Amino acid sequence: MTRVEPAARGAGQDAVPPSAGSGGVRVRRSGPAAWIGGGVLVVAVAVLAYLPYVSSRGTQIDLVGLFSLIVLGTMWNLLAGYGGMVSIGQQAWIGLGGYGLVYLAGTLGLDPFVSIPLAALACGLVAWATSYLAFRLSGGYFAIGTWVIAEVVRLLVIQVDEVGAGSGASLTAFSGIDPQYRIAYVYWVALGVAVVVVLAVYLLMRSRIGLALTAIRDEPTAAGSSGVPVTRAKRLVFVLAAVGCGLAGAVIVANTLRVQPGSIFSVDYSATMIFIVVIGGLGTIEGPIIGAVVYYLLQDGLADLGNWYLVVVGVIAIAVTLLAPKGLWGLTRGRLSVFPTGYRVGRGT
Amino acid sequence: MTWVNAVVQGILLGGLYALVAAGLSLMFGVMRIVNLAHGVLAIGAAYLALEVADRLGWHPFLSLLVVVPVMAAVGYVLQRGLLDRALRGGELAPLLVTFGLAIVLQNLLLEQFSADAQRLDVGSLGTASIRVTDGLSIGWFPLLSAVVGLLVVAGLGQFLARTRTGRAMRATSDDQEAARLMGIDNRRLYAIATAIALGTVAVAGVFLGSRTTFDPGAGATTLIFAFEAVVIGGLGSLWGTLAGGVVLGVAQTVGAAIDPAYGILAGHLVFLVVLAVRPRGLLPAAVAR
Repeated sequence: MTRVEPAARGAGQDAVPPSAGSGGVRVRRSGPAAWIGGGVLVVAVAVLAYLPYVSSRGTQIDLVGLFSLIVLGTMWNLLAGYGGMVSIGQQAWIGLGGYGLVYLAGTLGLDPFVSIPLAALACGLVAWATSYLAFRLSGGYFAIGTWVIAEVVRLLVIQVDEVGAGSGASLTAFSGIDPQYRIAYVYWVALGVAVVVVLAVYLLMRSRIGLALTAIRDEPTAAGSSGVPVTRAKRLVFVLAAVGCGLAGAVIVANTLRVQPGSIFSVDYSATMIFIVVIGGLGTIEGPIIGAVVYYLLQDGLADLGNWYLVVVGVIAIAVTLLAPKGLWGLTRGRLSVFPTGYRVGRGT
Repeated sequence: MTWVNAVVQGILLGGLYALVAAGLSLMFGVMRIVNLAHGVLAIGAAYLALEVADRLGWHPFLSLLVVVPVMAAVGYVLQRGLLDRALRGGELAPLLVTFGLAIVLQNLLLEQFSADAQRLDVGSLGTASIRVTDGLSIGWFPLLSAVVGLLVVAGLGQFLARTRTGRAMRATSDDQEAARLMGIDNRRLYAIATAIALGTVAVAGVFLGSRTTFDPGAGATTLIFAFEAVVIGGLGSLWGTLAGGVVLGVAQTVGAAIDPAYGILAGHLVFLVVLAVRPRGLLPAAVAR
């Protein structure tokens, strides 16, 4: 199913009353690729869900890393690919999500699995408040502004003694659960979060807001003058991306059982997200998933390279941006769309 | 007297921040590129000066004779090779390319020089100071770096205002199409602007590297401080950048005088307050762009 260029896509939306069938033209959204691809994904998720019964703990812990990469990539893509906002400060929400879990489950004694979504919601709330500052900047300055906000969050968090100040804290809330069960539960939560986040972005992009976002990304001024509530839509995306990154951060900490300000608030997370999205394909739902898988495999394969690993990934990302800006998923040249968000005019009866 | 001292040191530090920020401001002003590799490039220049100092035994300031032309050449090639292409790729491409470049450079520096902290040795100049009164003395080195910052900002301003190339840059910045119709080769101008920007980055890097220790990861804070100086001062205004640098410097030294842990945080908070109450900065350019 073709992912139509955004401009054409808007036109498709106008033509939506699908009975616009004069002259054998039919406006469709779904297609064989979506049905087959969707089917493959359902089977893949089912197989992954069954995995804890047959695989080692190490494999599960590894795969939780992959699921968080998918969530992070999808969230960064929502920001940049659909909202037109380049952020290099998403580590603020990853860190707050992780610390939120430690605080809610460790210090307050809540159930850890309830704490994960609560921590993510808290991220959304803080993101909503800070968006009023961040949105005063645009483009590249917005990007560095989000980074400053992330630094402020980190500097404030390391003042809090309850979560270990500068040295970090361990997550002890799982100590009552047998490790084998704990790892499996965290695995299922991570898989569930990844599925929910990808589906949520898919449904969002199929909705009216999705259309508004695409218009904003392509031409904010024109979108505004056409009656699209530009700032409100961007703020929604900013908050949702913070919630998603908060979920990922909480999952990461639930997986490693340890949170350290230096690593959970590291700008490397933003680098990772950018590389995943750029390599996979900016502005598509499939791209970040593929990018995350590629990044995960590269990470395993090139682990011995040390610092050269990031050099290689960085060079690839620059090359992809300049030479093939649609990324790996762009190789399908729009012939394939597992998650069709646009409409397509084709022959049909 | 502690407070007076903190403010004076902050003003001098602000001159250094303006020096660091001038290149960022110039590249944004002329090409609308926010160079996310700005900080890492400054640290790269510091490492280059370190190499020159080690191999040839030159004083860091003398090494500027090598570092500035090299960085300017890097800027010219960077603009011609990568950034021109990125500019054609839409709004996101320059950001993604310069961020990718920052990551690549930082890790190359890590690979080459390890994560150990380094420092450029400026000899007795690093510790010599003029004693004004009890509890207030002005170091020669901070004073020198502030003066150099002032000179670079003033020099750039004069260059943009008075020279033919500078006028062409402002024209291209205002209306690229019209400037090209007047026979201005904007790609050549862009390359010159980036070369000049990286020349100032080279000076900034050498001063940063002589002031405190640095490691390959120091590019991040360098970029953030430069950016804060630019935004506090007002986009598109070089003198604003100087004012922004001073405000940031004073905020940091006064914050650190309250509690050493609060220095950087105080700088960030002042930045956020300015963003909230005066989003166009203290000295915004006359015409909003």
